[in-house]
Amino acid sequence: MSGSVFQSRKLVGLIAAGLLAVSGTAALAQDKVLRVAPQADLRILDPVWTTAIITRNHAFMIYDTLFGMDANGKILPQMVDTWKTSPDGMVWDFKLRPGLAFHDKTPVTSADVVASIKRWGSRDTLGQLMMGAMTKMEAIDASNFRLTFKQPFGMVLDAFAKSSPPFIMPERIAKTSGDQQITENIGSGPFMFKQDEYRPGNRVVYVKNKDYVSRAEPPQGTAGGKPVPVDRVEWIVLKDAQTQANALTNGEIDMIERMPPEQYSALKANPNVEIISQVPQGSVMLVLNHLVPPFDNPKIARAATLAISQEALLRAQMVNNDLFKTCPSFYPCGTAYASTVRTAGFTGKPQFAAAKKLLQEAGYDGKPVVLLHPTDHPTLNKYPPVMAALLTQAGFKVEVQSMDWQTLVARRAKKDPSDKGGWNIFMTSFFMADTINPLVFTPMSGVGEKGWFGWPTNPKIETLKAEFLATLDEGKRKELAAQMQEEALATGMLAPLGEYKPLVAVAKGVTGVVPSPNTVMWNIDKK
Amino acid sequence: MPAFLLRRLLATIPVLIVVALIVFTMLQLSPGDPAAAIVGDSGNSEDIARVRAQLGLDQPWPVQFANWSGRLLQGDMGNSLFIKKTVAELISQRIGPTLSLAAVTLTLTLLVAIPLGVLAAWRHGGWLDRALMSMSALGFSVPAFVVAYLLIWLFALHLKWLPVQGYVELSKGVLPWLRNLILPAFTLSTVYIALIARVTRASVAEALTEDYIRTARSKGISEVRVLARHALRNAAIPIATVVGIGVALLISGVVVTETVFAIPGLGQLTVDAVLSRDFPVIQGITLFFSVIYVMVNLLVDLSYLALDPRIRY
Repeated sequence: MSGSVFQSRKLVGLIAAGLLAVSGTAALAQDKVLRVAPQADLRILDPVWTTAIITRNHAFMIYDTLFGMDANGKILPQMVDTWKTSPDGMVWDFKLRPGLAFHDKTPVTSADVVASIKRWGSRDTLGQLMMGAMTKMEAIDASNFRLTFKQPFGMVLDAFAKSSPPFIMPERIAKTSGDQQITENIGSGPFMFKQDEYRPGNRVVYVKNKDYVSRAEPPQGTAGGKPVPVDRVEWIVLKDAQTQANALTNGEIDMIERMPPEQYSALKANPNVEIISQVPQGSVMLVLNHLVPPFDNPKIARAATLAISQEALLRAQMVNNDLFKTCPSFYPCGTAYASTVRTAGFTGKPQFAAAKKLLQEAGYDGKPVVLLHPTDHPTLNKYPPVMAALLTQAGFKVEVQSMDWQTLVARRAKKDPSDKGGWNIFMTSFFMADTINPLVFTPMSGVGEKGWFGWPTNPKIETLKAEFLATLDEGKRKELAAQMQEEALATGMLAPLGEYKPLVAVAKGVTGVVPSPNTVMWNIDKK
Repeated sequence: MPAFLLRRLLATIPVLIVVALIVFTMLQLSPGDPAAAIVGDSGNSEDIARVRAQLGLDQPWPVQFANWSGRLLQGDMGNSLFIKKTVAELISQRIGPTLSLAAVTLTLTLLVAIPLGVLAAWRHGGWLDRALMSMSALGFSVPAFVVAYLLIWLFALHLKWLPVQGYVELSKGVLPWLRNLILPAFTLSTVYIALIARVTRASVAEALTEDYIRTARSKGISEVRVLARHALRNAAIPIATVVGIGVALLISGVVVTETVFAIPGLGQLTVDAVLSRDFPVIQGITLFFSVIYVMVNLLVDLSYLALDPRIRY
């Protein structure tokens, strides 16, 4: 008897568990899920600990920012409601929007903001400059905070709105040292991170933050409203470009964040796929090593930049005319600081005769220059052979060394001469937001070995940057940005190779992709 | 028998030490720096040096090896340099899909290759034999990724029967699990079917020339029983050996197949770790694979006892 009672209870329990499981599945089945193949695998979750773009994209999903930027680089408020500056520009007061809350339901306060800015400022280059120029940062009350500077600092809003801004975290998390990774992923952004479903190398899951208080304005890049019409966003890590295209064609994913250029023709011809632009453009740069010969001689460096044919390089890499455009400016063409005129004679078209003359004047000894070729990098692997041919035409001897991208990333940090494991040239790309002004454009640095790879020493660049940093006058900023561009190109610090279009491929019925300087996934809906 | 088992298990220890030493040395000699990958594109040389110091990568190799092997002796394979998880956690998270893929592939291989091999041996020199061996040559020659893309084109994109990518856990149902594994298992099994069918054919063909087969046939035993009970059983040892070798090949095969079909298994974990220079993960997986390889060999040796009563250890 007791046995049968036990059996029937067990049976009822099993049925109940089954029903619960079924109802759970049904709820999940009703969810509107946006499935995206991201540009890379998300392995580091802390946007202060790394500058990896995929980590930044993750941060824009779950964290909110004080300011944002529209697709043209215009700075707009985001978490900040109102702000004012003292007449001398030394004191900045900010008031947070009402109703902001973290995913754990605690309200966002000024103390959280101050702690988040401090942590970001301990690692970020512009953040470090800002913290250095500041005497005090204080939370006045729960929704007001104040920055007081000891010297004029004109880049406050730019720093808060840039591609890697201070992402606002709860104070207890933001108190983690910038040298250590955070262990909790709680923000106040439009999506919540599902830690329990996180499978690095496979899947990253976000759910809609139903309590998110969106701004009233329409979505504008990383600013404006951040409505979320879907219940879940799943990043499905597909490393193979062909598998990404096949999965989109077969309806297994809704979106490819960075459409591989080689899939463009096939996907464009597919009636069930749409190709759209989110991030308007990205830039490719030629980077020269100024620490070791021959590019420690500015004339030889300048000669290398005069060998560039943007048209030939971009056509080889991007294949289709729709996917690139030439642009002789460091700053994205069409944005505030771009200048296609003040380029110190650099046109992006080859000037072999001028390059040969410079080589002769500089006494180039004919020693081969080592050009690094990342054969496994799908968006950079075709530039080096073309660049090698152009340099050869200009009179250089070139040694192309093939390697995978991770080897290149380690190799470019070496300061040894090129015949002792160092390097002379590599090429890399930047997202639009990372070249939008001279202070966020990392390679625009003249501090020598303390700067970015290539390590040029150019005091004039640093003086111009300091002036740019101090002024709030937009006209003066444009002039300074142009002067920096002229100086960098005249001395062959580095050179732009043109712009690519980082297109997004979506399944028909997916709408609402927001034009933005960074990848963002709010406002996207699907039928 | 227990003495044999103990001897074999003890023999794995020097093997693992040698593997650990070789892997560690090769990783130190290989180009690339995980710290450079961690700091990202905007980091500079100072950032890289700071991260190297935090991760202990700035210490001399012998110190790094001593630290790593010391932790290993305590059962700790270390932590991933990128993901905030231990190597053991990552392996346990990824082993399910790889074991599933290996199990379905092996089952499919044995179900197809052994009957094909026996048939080819039975009709040795005939059209069936030649056709099967031609198919086997094709199976050896076509690279796995070509087979994969052809299968995807036909069964996923054209016929829409099966998915292009992904993995569904067995706990979510046998059918969805199998549905996602059919194409990768077919891709992987192509080479093994070719290999095992050839070995089966050769072994069974040799067995069929033996006196006991003639005796069995003269006793009027059906041809099916002759093939299955007498010929195949006596030909089993080379087949079992090659199946064991096949498991080792399978480990390298999953790397390509898991990438093409986006199966989150150990193969993909290996590729990711190698590409990002996640040293502790590479070392942990290599040691793990070595243990599996040694164990499979041991199982193959033990299977000889069951297959041939004359063998004693």
